[in-house]
Formats: sequence, C-alpha cells, structure tokens
Amino acid sequence: MGLGAYIAVSAVLFAIGVVCIVARRNMIYVLMGIEMILNAANINFVAFNRFNGDAMDGRMFAIFVIILAAAEAAVALGIVLNVYHLFESIKPGDADLMRD
Amino acid sequence: MELQASYPEGVLSNLLSWIVFLPMIGMAIILCLPKDAMETVKKVSLVFTGIPLVLATYLYFGIFDKSTSALQLVERFDWISLGAGENPIQYFIGVDGISLPLVWLTTLLLFIGVPASYSIKNASKAYYALLLLLEVGILGVFVSLDYFLFYVFWEIMLLPMYFLIGIWGGPRREYAAIKFFLYTLAGSVLMLVAVVALRIDSGTFSIPDLISLAQAGELTGASLPYGGELLGMKFTTWVFWFLFISFAIKVPVFPFHTWLPDAHVQAPTPISVILAGILLKLGGYGMLRACFPIVPDAFNEFAYALAVLGVISIVYGAFVALGQSDFKRMVAYSSVSHMGYVLLGMAALTEWGMNGAALQMFNHGTSSAALFLIVGVIYDRAHHRDLNGFGGMSQQMPVYWGLTTIGFFAALGLPGMAGFISEAMTLVGAYSSANPDFRVLVVISVLGIVITAAFLLWAMQRVFLGTLNEKYASFPDIDKREIFCQAPLLFLCIVLGIFPFYLLDWMEPSIANLVEILTIASNG
Amino acid sequence: MDFLQFNPEVDFKLLLAVPLIPLVGYVVQIFFGRFLPRKGDWLLTAGMFATMCITVLMAAKAISHGFSSSEPFFHLSKDVGMSFSWFYQEGKDAADPLNMTAGLLYDGLGAAMLAVVGIVSFFVHLFSTGYMKGDKRYHIFFANISLFTVAMLGLVLSDNILFLFVFWEIMGLMSYLLIGHFSHDPSTPFFHRWATWASKKAFLTTRVGDCCLLIGMMMFWQNFQTFQFTELWRLTSEEVARNGGEWPQWMTIAGLFIFGGTVGKSAQFPLHIWLPDAMAGPTPVSAMIHAATMVAAGVFLLGRTFPILSPDVLAIVTATGAVTALFAATIGVTAFDLKAVLAWSTISQLGFMVAAIGTGGIGLVAGLFHMVTHAFFKSCLFLSAGSVIHGCHHEQDMRKMGGLRKRMPLTFLAMGISTLAIAGIPMFSGFYSKDKIIQAAFMKTSLEFSGAQAFACFALPVAAALTAFYMFRMMFMTFAGEYRGDVAEGHGHGHDDHHDDHDHHIVHSEDGGIAGGHPGPVPHESPLPMTLSLLVLATLGFLGGKFWLADLDILAHSKPWFMKLVSPEKMYPGIELMNGYGAQVTDAMLKSTYDSAHTWAMIISLFVASAGIFGAWWIYGPRLRTTGQAVVRWTWTIVCLVLAYLFGVPLVGSLIEGADTLVVVAAWIIGLGLLGYVLMRTTKWIVGVFAGLSRPAPENIADGFGELYVAVANKYYIDEVVDASVIRLSMLASKFLRWFDETIVDGLVLLIGRINRSGGGVSAWFDQKVVDGAVNGVGALTQTFGFIARLFQTGRIQQYASFAVAGGLAVAAWLLLG
Repeated sequence: MGLGAYIAVSAVLFAIGVVCIVARRNMIYVLMGIEMILNAANINFVAFNRFNGDAMDGRMFAIFVIILAAAEAAVALGIVLNVYHLFESIKPGDADLMRD
Repeated sequence: MELQASYPEGVLSNLLSWIVFLPMIGMAIILCLPKDAMETVKKVSLVFTGIPLVLATYLYFGIFDKSTSALQLVERFDWISLGAGENPIQYFIGVDGISLPLVWLTTLLLFIGVPASYSIKNASKAYYALLLLLEVGILGVFVSLDYFLFYVFWEIMLLPMYFLIGIWGGPRREYAAIKFFLYTLAGSVLMLVAVVALRIDSGTFSIPDLISLAQAGELTGASLPYGGELLGMKFTTWVFWFLFISFAIKVPVFPFHTWLPDAHVQAPTPISVILAGILLKLGGYGMLRACFPIVPDAFNEFAYALAVLGVISIVYGAFVALGQSDFKRMVAYSSVSHMGYVLLGMAALTEWGMNGAALQMFNHGTSSAALFLIVGVIYDRAHHRDLNGFGGMSQQMPVYWGLTTIGFFAALGLPGMAGFISEAMTLVGAYSSANPDFRVLVVISVLGIVITAAFLLWAMQRVFLGTLNEKYASFPDIDKREIFCQAPLLFLCIVLGIFPFYLLDWMEPSIANLVEILTIASNG
Repeated sequence: MDFLQFNPEVDFKLLLAVPLIPLVGYVVQIFFGRFLPRKGDWLLTAGMFATMCITVLMAAKAISHGFSSSEPFFHLSKDVGMSFSWFYQEGKDAADPLNMTAGLLYDGLGAAMLAVVGIVSFFVHLFSTGYMKGDKRYHIFFANISLFTVAMLGLVLSDNILFLFVFWEIMGLMSYLLIGHFSHDPSTPFFHRWATWASKKAFLTTRVGDCCLLIGMMMFWQNFQTFQFTELWRLTSEEVARNGGEWPQWMTIAGLFIFGGTVGKSAQFPLHIWLPDAMAGPTPVSAMIHAATMVAAGVFLLGRTFPILSPDVLAIVTATGAVTALFAATIGVTAFDLKAVLAWSTISQLGFMVAAIGTGGIGLVAGLFHMVTHAFFKSCLFLSAGSVIHGCHHEQDMRKMGGLRKRMPLTFLAMGISTLAIAGIPMFSGFYSKDKIIQAAFMKTSLEFSGAQAFACFALPVAAALTAFYMFRMMFMTFAGEYRGDVAEGHGHGHDDHHDDHDHHIVHSEDGGIAGGHPGPVPHESPLPMTLSLLVLATLGFLGGKFWLADLDILAHSKPWFMKLVSPEKMYPGIELMNGYGAQVTDAMLKSTYDSAHTWAMIISLFVASAGIFGAWWIYGPRLRTTGQAVVRWTWTIVCLVLAYLFGVPLVGSLIEGADTLVVVAAWIIGLGLLGYVLMRTTKWIVGVFAGLSRPAPENIADGFGELYVAVANKYYIDEVVDASVIRLSMLASKFLRWFDETIVDGLVLLIGRINRSGGGVSAWFDQKVVDGAVNGVGALTQTFGFIARLFQTGRIQQYASFAVAGGLAVAAWLLLG
C-alpha cells in the first residue's frame, strides 16, 4: 500500500469533518466534525512519518494533537452545556447575543 | 486746519478726555452696583452725564477761544506703534468751532436722556450702562482727530445703540436694530476702506495732516497701484464717495434713509431723542471734518450732485412725512427733510450756506429731540402713536399743547425760532452760490417749507384739536419730569432764534477757514 | 413845540418800547395771566394804551418834523448808531454784509402805520375786555392778541426785509393761534370745527406767499448782498440807471416773488381763500386781521419795497388788485353772514390798495392812505359786527337780524358812520382815499396806456359801486325793518312808527338787554368798553380823511398832513424812482391829466356810491307796505339826507375852500343840516312817487341771475378748485411717495438684504454639500464598506467555517490550477 491510500482516507475523513462542521445544526456534531478533521490530520502526520524515514516527529505531533483534541473536546463540551443552559438549544446559530 | 500753539496746562490739560471718558467711569460704577439698586443706578447716570455737561458748558463759555479757527485743547500722544519709520496711531483729540457746539449738545441730550428714561419700566442697569457707553462713543467721534481713533469711536457708538434699540425697543425692535446696525456697518466698512487707502497713500491717520496734504495737492493716490485709479475713476473720487456714502447713511440722505424711520419708531423715546438729536449730526459733522476737506477737489466736482440729494431729501422727506399716520414716523421723516438743508448748505460752499448747515445741525438737534420727547409723552399715556386716534388733547393737556406748539413751530422754521435762522442762512447761502444752477434747487426746496408746515399743522389738528376722544379724557397733563426734559430744548429753540450769535460766533472762524480751504481747491 | 422835536436818543428808546411793552406783557401774561385779577386783561390793555400813546406822540413828532424840516427822512438805527448785531456779535463786525443787523426804520410810512396799529390795537384790546368776557381761555386770548400786535409793530419798525420777514411770520403764527382760538373750546361745535381747519388754512395759504417772499428776498440778496430797505432802494435804482432805465429780468422775477408775499398776506387773488374763513376766530381778532395787522402788512410791504418793483411787476400788481377788488365785491353781494360780508369787503378794499400802489406815483400814496383810512373804518365795522353778534347772542346770519337800530343805537351809529366811510361818501375818510385811487388809475391809463391799467379803470369803479351796494344791503338787513330772530319775549320790536320816541327805546332796550330781565335772546346794546371803542374808531374813520389829508394835490406846494408823512420823495429820500412815468411824460402833461382825472374820478365815485346805495335801498330798504305815515316819512328822510349829502354838501364845502379844517367840518355839518331840512320838507310828493312803484324782492333778483348767482354765492368755487387740485394733489403725492418710500426705496434695501441672505444661503449650501460633503463622503464610503463587510459577520460560526473552507478551497484551486 502506498502513501496515496493513506492520504485519500485522510482526505475523505477531512471532507466528512468539514461537511459535518458546516452543515449540521447541532453543536455536538460540529464537535465531532472537528474531531474528524483533527483525526484526518493525524492520519496524514502518521502516514508521512511512516514513509519519510526514521524520525519520530510525525508520530509525536499526532500524539500531541490527540491530547489537545481531548482537552479541546472537554472544554467545548463544557461550552456546549453552558450554551444549552443559556439558550436551551445547541444549535450553533442560536447563540447570537454578541451578534451586531 | 492748524493746531493751537499752546496746549492747555495743568488741570485743564486733559479736560476734553475727562469729558469724553467720565461716562465710562459712571458705567463701571453702575456695573458694580447690585441689580435691584435701580434708584442708585439712575442717580449715578444722572451725575455722570451731568458732570460732562457742566464741564462742556464751562469749556464752551470759559475756555474756548472763539477768535481762532485753530483746534483747541489738543491732546496728542502715541497710542499704537506700527513699527519703526511708520507714523504711529495716535490718541489725538481736540475741538474747534464746528465740533464744540455738537459736543455740548451731546452732553446736554444725554443728560436729558437719563430722566427721560425713567418711564421705561424694564430699564435695567445694563440700559443705563449702555447709555453711558453711547455717550463715550459719540463724544469720542466729535473730538477725534486721528482717523483710526475716529473709526474706533464710530464703532463703539454703534454697539450700545444696537442693544438699546434691540432690547428696549418696540414690537419690531430686532428688525429695526439689525437694520440700523447693518446699514451703519455697511457705511463704516466703506469708511474703513477709504481710511486704509488714505493711510497707504499718505502714511498718516491724522485728519489735520491729511487735510494739509490735500491742500498741498499731495493726496492723489500716487503711492497706490495704478495711481489709485480704478474703473476710470480717480483715487480722490473713490475716497470721496466712500466717505460720503458712509456719512450720508448716518445723516441720512435720500436714498440711504430707510433705516431711520424704523429705528426711530422702534427705539424707546430717549434713544430716539439721542438718535435724532446727535447721531444724525455725526454724518454731517463727519462730512465737514473728515470728508470734504480731505478730498476738496472731488467735493467741488460733485457739489451739485450733493445739493440735488439734499433737495430731494428736503422735499421728499416732507412729502413722505405728510403721508404718515404714525406720529413718530412723521417726526422721523421730518428729520430726513431737515437734514437735507445741511447737505444743501454745505454743497453751496458759501459762508452762509456752510454756517447755516452747521447751525441747522445744532438746531435740528434741539427741535427734533423736543419733538421726539413730545411724541414720547403721548405714547406713554395712550400706548399708541396713531395720529388719527387722538383728538382734542389740547383741552385735556393744555400745558403739553403749549409746549408742543413751541416745538412744532420751531421745527417748521418759524422766524424767531432757531430753525429759521439756519434754514434762511442755508437757503440764502445756497442761492448765492457760485454755481447758478443752485438757484433752481433752492426754489424747489422752498416747497419743502410749505409741506413741512402742512404736515406739522395737520398733525397738530389731528392730535390736539377737534373733539376730545373720550378714551383719553382721564389723561394727566404733562408732569414735572417731562417738562424738565423738554424745557431746556424748547428754551434753546427760542433763545437761539433771537440770539443766534451764541452759536455763530463760535462756529464762524472754523467755518470760514473750512470754506476757504474748499474754495481754494475749487479755484486751483 | 419842543417836545415834538426829534431827539434820537430818547426816540430810539421810545420806539424800542413800542413793541417791547406788549412783548413783556405777553410774557407775563402767558405765565402768570391766570393768577392775576380779571385774568390780566387790564395789564395788557394798559400796556397797549401806553404803546398807543407813544405811537401817537411819535407820529405827531414825525408830522411836525415833516412840516418843519427839509430833511424828510428819519432812520434811527443810522442816526443813532444803535442797531442790533443779529447773526454775529464777535465773529463778524456789524458792517459785514454777511452779518445781519436789525435796526429801526422810522419814516413817514412807518409813523403813519405805527400810529394806526397802536390805536386800533388798543381799542381792540379794550373791546375784547367786554366781548370775550367769560371765555374759557380769556388770558391766553389776551396774551396772543398782544403778541399779534407786537409782531405788527415790529414789522413796521424793521429796517430790513429779513427782520420784517421774522415778524411777518410770527404774525402768521399768532393768526393761526387766534383764528383757532375756538378750536380748543368744544362748547360751540360749529365754531370748534370751523376754527380748527380755518386756522390751518390761513397759516398754510399765507405761508405759500411767505415762501415767495423768501425767494424774492434771496434773489435780491444774491445780487446786492443786503436786506436793508434803504440799500435795496439805492442799489436798485443805481442798477437800473446803469442799465439805461431797463430793468434786469431777474429784478422783475424777484419783484413778482416779493409781491407773492403780499398776495398771501393781503389776501389777493388767488391766495385770498384764507381770509373769509379767518372769521372763525373771535371777532376782535377779525378786526385786528382785517384792519391793523395781517392784511395791512402785505400792503405795507408793497409800500416798503415799491422802489425795487419793476414796471412790469407793477402792472401785474395793478391787475391782481383790480381783479381782486371786483370779484371779491361780487361775492360780498351774495353773502348772508354778517362777518362774511365784511371779510369780502376787506378783500375788495385790499384790491383797491394793491391796484393803486401798482399805478405808482399818486396811486402809491392813495393806496397807502386807503390802508390807513380802511384800518379805522374796517376795525370799527368789525367791532360793530362783533357788538351786533354779541347783542344777538352769537347769531351771525343777517337774515335773522333786522331792526337792531333801536336796540343797539350806539352800535348803529358807529357802524353807520363806518359804512358811509367805506361806501365812499364825501367827507367820510373812505371817499378821499378811494377817489384818489380811481383818479390814479385814470391818470396812469391816460398817460401810459396798458391793459392792466385799463382794466383797473373799469373794475375799480364797478367794485366801488358794489361796495356801496353790499355795505348798505348789510346795514338795511341788520338794522332796518323788524327783528327776524327768535325772541323769547316780544319786547318793543317791530314798530318802526315809534321813531319819535327813539330815546325812550334806547333806554328801554338797554334795560331789557343789560339788566338781564329777559332770559330769551333779546338783542341788546353792548357794554361800555365795547361801545366806547366803536365810537372812537368811528370818529377816526369819519375824520380820517379830513384829518390826514385835505387834498392830495401832488403838485401843489402846500401839502396836507398825510403827504408830509407819506409821499414818494419822503419815503424814499434821495432815491430816484425808476418805475414811475417814463421820460415822455412831462410835468405839464401830468398837471393837466391830474386835473381832468380828478374831475372824472370825483364824478364817477359820487355816481357809483349813490347808485350803489340807491340800489341797496331799492332792494333791501325798509318796505313801505308796513303802513303808517311815519314810517314812510322816516325812510324817505334817510334817503333825502343821503342824497342831500351826496350832492349838496360838496357845494357848500367848495364855497369855503381853503379854510381851516375845523371850520370846514363845521360848515359841512351846518350845510348838511340845512339841506337835509329843506329836502325833508319836500318829502311828501317824493314819497308818493316811490310808493307807487313796486320793488323787487332780493330772491327774485337772485333767481334772475340763475347759475351765475349760484357760482358767485359759492365764491366762484375757488375753494373747491384749490381743494381738488393743490390739496388733493399734495395728498396724492404724499401717499404715493410714502408708498414709494416703503415699497421701492426700503424695498431695495430689503432686496439687497435678501440678496445677501440668499448669497449666504448659496455659500451655506456649498459649504454643507460640497466642502463638508467631501469629508462626509469619505466617512460614508467607509461606512458603506463596513456595511457590506458586516453582511459577512453573521456571528454564525458555521458560516465562518464555510467561508474558511471556501477560501481554502479557492486558494487550493488557485494553487492547483494557476
């Protein structure tokens, strides 16, 4: 299996993530879309690392991203919970207090 | 115009300045007084207009040397330095036979103006302060011999007048005040232009110096671009018309007179008195002092045009006065008519004509002031001035009627009263002018005499004769304060008609000198 | 007699006192009059008495001087060196032509006039103490009439024309105040209204003339640099002599303007309109105006300025006078108001004077003499009219009078004498002056024919006839017949057959009137001060002719008294008059024409006077139908007396020509009595003749004249014409000019103001829209961009994200494809 296969999976995953972020009317799905994009990036990191010598930097980045994603998901879910408390909705467009 | 060789010494050395600026001290005191101390304010005003009157009287009879045409009591020192090599602007004042009677008249009328103001109910201390400031301005103009100073006083005088009409005037006071202010201001702008041009040409603001330069033929605009010529008119012509129009507005000469009826009608009585009595004289005085002798050639060139304007003013003013139904408007237009004689007499350039003009200024000052006081008396009682709304007042107010009769007949130039002497001198002087065309003008202007008699007698008939209007059957006769205001003026009207030399002797040397200056110009 | 010698030092003070005494009286009266007992009338009357005494003394001096001295002229300011430097005291010395000096000129004319004014004024004052009693403004009236007199006295004494003009105008003022006296008293509404506009009319009309005079003065001043009469006379004749006897044109014009002053003041056509209305004032004022002051001033001015009037001017003067004399006389015939008759007669008589002065030479003297005689009899007539009006309780309409002869005998006497005088009956003063005037016109015409003179020759005798007619008409309507007014109690009236107990009636009616026994308006005789004044003035009017002037023989050596005072060579000493007869008229021609003109004038004036009187009697005289032999006899007696007097007396008089004046008077009175007696004896058959004729009623005659009568009775509609032309035009002009001033002149000013304001508006717009607009435009642009950009800032994260993606894609596409 060559590098192209990894990148194709990653690209598909990225595309799904983007659509998920832009199109879904639910913050949870948006978060999940973000996770997918991050994971698409992780796949690329790991794949490029695998086909590009012995250096560990790609893998290190992937681990770093995973950790960040976990932290981010925790914070984001907290925000979503608060948004839900405040607006009784988790649609991204409903939290519009600062609009205009 | 020469200066007196010896300047006055000691206490007297600043007498003229004291006369001019004493009212300003009074004004300062008034402004420091509390708002509700109106009685004190009135007393202070009376004192500080009274002292200049006393001083001016003393100056008139005691100090002034009436045998010379020289300027006297001259005070002269530098005021604003304009840099090295330039003539500074000077504080330069003095009087001669032309200005002294008017100075005295000013102090008298302002003194009368104070008690005459007592009937203005809403007169605050600002009113009296402005009145005193007005006196400073007027006196300053009459004594100034530096054109810059002249202009400054000219503007100083304008401001209090604006407020006095605009605040304490009649229903259309703002309109009248603005009209008065703008009209005069337009004139003074012209004056300023001319003064600046003269300064650039001659390098001096001093009026006597300018006159000497003009006599020497050195005031031709040579140092100005194009030699001062513009649109084909000579420098002196421009200066002459600029100065003439600025003074003519003040006189007022037809067609610059329309501010006068409005200002007069809207102004409170004492202000009308001052307006008619003195402010109009500023125009005539300005011409004699600071216009004709500075540009004598142009004056001679246009003398006939001036006389025509004068005659139009005489006849036109009289006719328009005949058509008025407002008492005060009628008197205002009679002023236009009477001041026409001043212009006619000056333009004739004869000694009688010029003397008559100067005398007419003084006499009109007393008679028209008396007439405005007369109107004020009836206005204070009836609160209107419609000539057709009265009738039979002579039965109700006999003393008032008697005083009015004197005033009216003084105004229509009855011989034996002051107005006659000046009108006769003016007319005879104009008739014997070197220019024979003047004779036709004089004959026309005699028509004004008849019309003047007509409108005054008609007014008298409508107000005083006929059946007594029941509405006014409870009017009290003229009271002591009102008599106090009118009596000196009417007294002057009679006394100067019998003894005109109490003015003419004082005026004559200066007038003769002036005529000489102007005549030489016409010959050379 | 020493005290009749001129003593300049003293005389100067005396003459100065003449106007000063009443002037001081005036000042005292105007301020303190109301506090004095009797409101101060005694003060002024006493002052006037002193003035009169001085004027008469001075006149006596002048007459004696004229008789004794070859020096005919007396100019005090010159003689004494006492003149008042008027315009300048120190500025110019007194001799400078630019300085006006005021001095006294007391010559023969001045002496005569001053005495007349003094005498008439005093008696008018005296009369007024009775007549004006009870007036609300009694003290003011006295003050004013005193100042009126002062003005006239000053005018007469002035030695220069400007000073004369001053008094001339002051007189105008006083006439204004006096004519308007009742305009302050609403108790009589008619007079109240009338006086109000009549006074104004008088002042304005005369002021038109005054302005003419002023112009004339200026023209002379411009050429001669003097106002002094003596200088003007001298310079004029020198100038004309230098010109070879030709008068420069300007002098004619100037002379016409000066005459304009006379036209105004002396009520000549067409400026006469003020005088008839001047009777709106109290009657004593009318007496003053018509006799001694106002109107006399104009004639006096002509006398003073005669040498400076060119022959052309004099022709116009004559024409104006003749026209005035004739047309005023015709109006006088139609008037019904007692005072109006007298007013028109004054205008007519003034026409005589003016016309006479225009003829020059003897006419000048005659005209001035007529002024003097007229002053006496006209003041008497007016005061008598005042007495009648007073007696009839302020009734002025003659149609409501009649039969007053018995109720007011003294008034009747005085008025009768004066009427005879004005009608021109020999021996009464008016005859002499009028006769001479007609003679002068004849002379002038036959020597130097001109249209104006010829017209005067026709007009003056006709006017004289009309004068006699309307004066006697007035007498008949007022005093003869029965009383036609409303009388509360029929007390002794209407029975003319009681003429035998005339005296009884006097007493009776005086009792009735004065004692106030009858509340109704019974006519009564006036109190003593009034009747005394009347009688004195009547005496003067009667004697005037004889006393002043026995015969006006200009060529005779023995000159009568008036000629001692007033004759061309006395009035204008050393001046060669250039406006007299031309050189072609020799002394011999003058002499022969004088005699023939004298005869003709005598015949004609006697004829016209008797014709006028007869006509008046024929139409207005007492009717014989009031049966009773006594009435017939009485009426005829009067007619006989008049006729006897007219034709018989001169015969007797001529028999003793040359005798002393008093002897002549006595002889005439005796002759009058004798002839009257003889004629009365022949009464019966003449009465029979006249009783058989039927006499026309006045109304029928008036109807016969139709429209003409209406026109005359309406004073030829001159008032209406003046009203419609001059006054209406002036008012229109004033209305138009007022409109012009307020709309055009002021409009222009406002237009300029408005233009300036719109100019301000334009620049304000430019400032706001363009200058400020640029600044704002930048802001607005920024704002617009911001606005557009704002559309992207929805606050929707997903949108942002999609934009980011789209952007990313776009970048990627650009990278890949570009």
